[in-house]
Amino acid sequence: MNAITLTTAAADEPAAPGRCRGAADAVRAQAEAPPARPRPAAREPLAERLGALALPLLAPAIGLAVLIGIWYVATLKGGGIPGPVQTWKEAVAIFSDPFYRNGPNDQGIGWNVVASLQRVALGFGIAALVGIPLGFLLGRSAFLAAMVNPIISLLRPVSPLAWLPIGLLVFKKADPAATWTIFICSIWPMIINTAVGVQRVPQDYLNVARVLALSEWKVITRILFPAVLPYMLTGIRLSIGTAWLVIVAAEMLTGGVGIGFWVWDEWNNLKVEHIIIAIFVIGIVGLLLEQALILIARRFSYDHS
Amino acid sequence: MEKFVKIEGVGQTFDTKQGRFVALRDIDLDIRQGEFVALIGHSGCGKSTLLNLIAGLTRPTTGALICDGREIAGPGPERAVVFQNHSLLPWLTCHDNVYLAVERVFGGREGRARLRERTRAALALVGLSHAENKLPHEISGGMKQRVGIARALAMAPKVLLMDEPFGALDALTRARLQDELMKICEVTRATVVMVTHDVDEAVLLSDRIVMMTNGPAATIGEALEVKLPRPRERLALAHDPAYMECRAAVLDFLYQKQAPGEKLAA
Repeated sequence: MNAITLTTAAADEPAAPGRCRGAADAVRAQAEAPPARPRPAAREPLAERLGALALPLLAPAIGLAVLIGIWYVATLKGGGIPGPVQTWKEAVAIFSDPFYRNGPNDQGIGWNVVASLQRVALGFGIAALVGIPLGFLLGRSAFLAAMVNPIISLLRPVSPLAWLPIGLLVFKKADPAATWTIFICSIWPMIINTAVGVQRVPQDYLNVARVLALSEWKVITRILFPAVLPYMLTGIRLSIGTAWLVIVAAEMLTGGVGIGFWVWDEWNNLKVEHIIIAIFVIGIVGLLLEQALILIARRFSYDHS
Repeated sequence: MEKFVKIEGVGQTFDTKQGRFVALRDIDLDIRQGEFVALIGHSGCGKSTLLNLIAGLTRPTTGALICDGREIAGPGPERAVVFQNHSLLPWLTCHDNVYLAVERVFGGREGRARLRERTRAALALVGLSHAENKLPHEISGGMKQRVGIARALAMAPKVLLMDEPFGALDALTRARLQDELMKICEVTRATVVMVTHDVDEAVLLSDRIVMMTNGPAATIGEALEVKLPRPRERLALAHDPAYMECRAAVLDFLYQKQAPGEKLAA
């Protein structure tokens, strides 16, 4: 088993499946810590109770305030970029009717987000269907891994957008080409993490399977799958993150409906407020996707230590 | 004397980067049905390697191993193993960990209710009925090891193989589990092979202590029959001359004839 080593950045990721990574920490603290923190007992002095809230609530709030403050100061003298107040007013206007339709090229921001999410879901879903079983095979067979690993190492660093013309050529349409791009960028983390997970199934568990002489089906359902699941979910989380990054760029190129296209359209209309709103929307949707997968990963993680 | 497990001329070599490594050579050992055999020796003497050979997890380079008249060709549930680090599946409850084994061994012949009954009986035998719905990470190290023993016993194995089952436990827990194991063996009349490096544990539990020479190329140095009557009582034995004699013999072997790091002058 040790013969196979997938030496890629992503391969090192799942060392702590189901746990947070450094980059996501700050955001997570903001999003999760308040409910997780145990309620202070009623007898504790008020100052201490406030102190307990400082880290999970106050610190992120200050961070956000500083960001908006800098934004405000930087845009005081006018120029191309609108300030926070102007942007807020526009945002209220946009979100008062997110689901309108005025023809194919003028739809509410809600429809644009939904369209992008659909593309991501489709491309990502196909990637999961192909990538996870392939990862299992690579993890189980040293020969197959040695055969496929160089190809993965070669193709993985390629920007997914480089695949877009191939998609356009093959599918002759913009929409499936965008989905294809999502597929290509989502598949690598899932293959690699699943394969690493399979390779790292503790020998002890496999020895238990051998002593019990379990059937191959039982080995897969009772031992391999649960042991690999945290790694798989890490791969899925990385994939979703990349897919959401890539869809914006892909849609800028392909057009149609979608949050990426919307950004480009608003740029052509020179509505910079809308671009800033879109940046926030993209960020928040990405954050929610990641949080949802962290929650799922925690639910299925057997590693509670 | 009925030879239940026969080990004949077994040797084990591993191919490593530094060339061939002879772990075991010329092992001859017969084990009676219902006998409790302890394998003792310094670390690296290949006692776990020998246990793995009986388990069938590894195949010998030379020689043959026979269990109940059939050659050992691979691992199987009739030779249950209690692993050093319990090896419970962390995503299954204690009940389900044992049930997995019970289902494999008896699933073809018995209904679910009967299988559950067997599982509960095994957990009751090690005194863990109250923890059957707990996950392994929710219970202590000693309890995990007991679940591991319950899992092995529930398979009604012909031979119970234990690889330093209490090595990772504190002294008090270890003593309690040793007492429990003695009681269980009395009830089930199990044939047991146990790897240990604890002299007191070996003398207290076994009918025979097989002492191994230092590796590499380790083999059986001496075998000592422990003729203490059963049931054995830890406190009473502490001053028993026969017990002390056995203990002295094993200590003499380990620290005089096989002082750590010295190779037997053969």
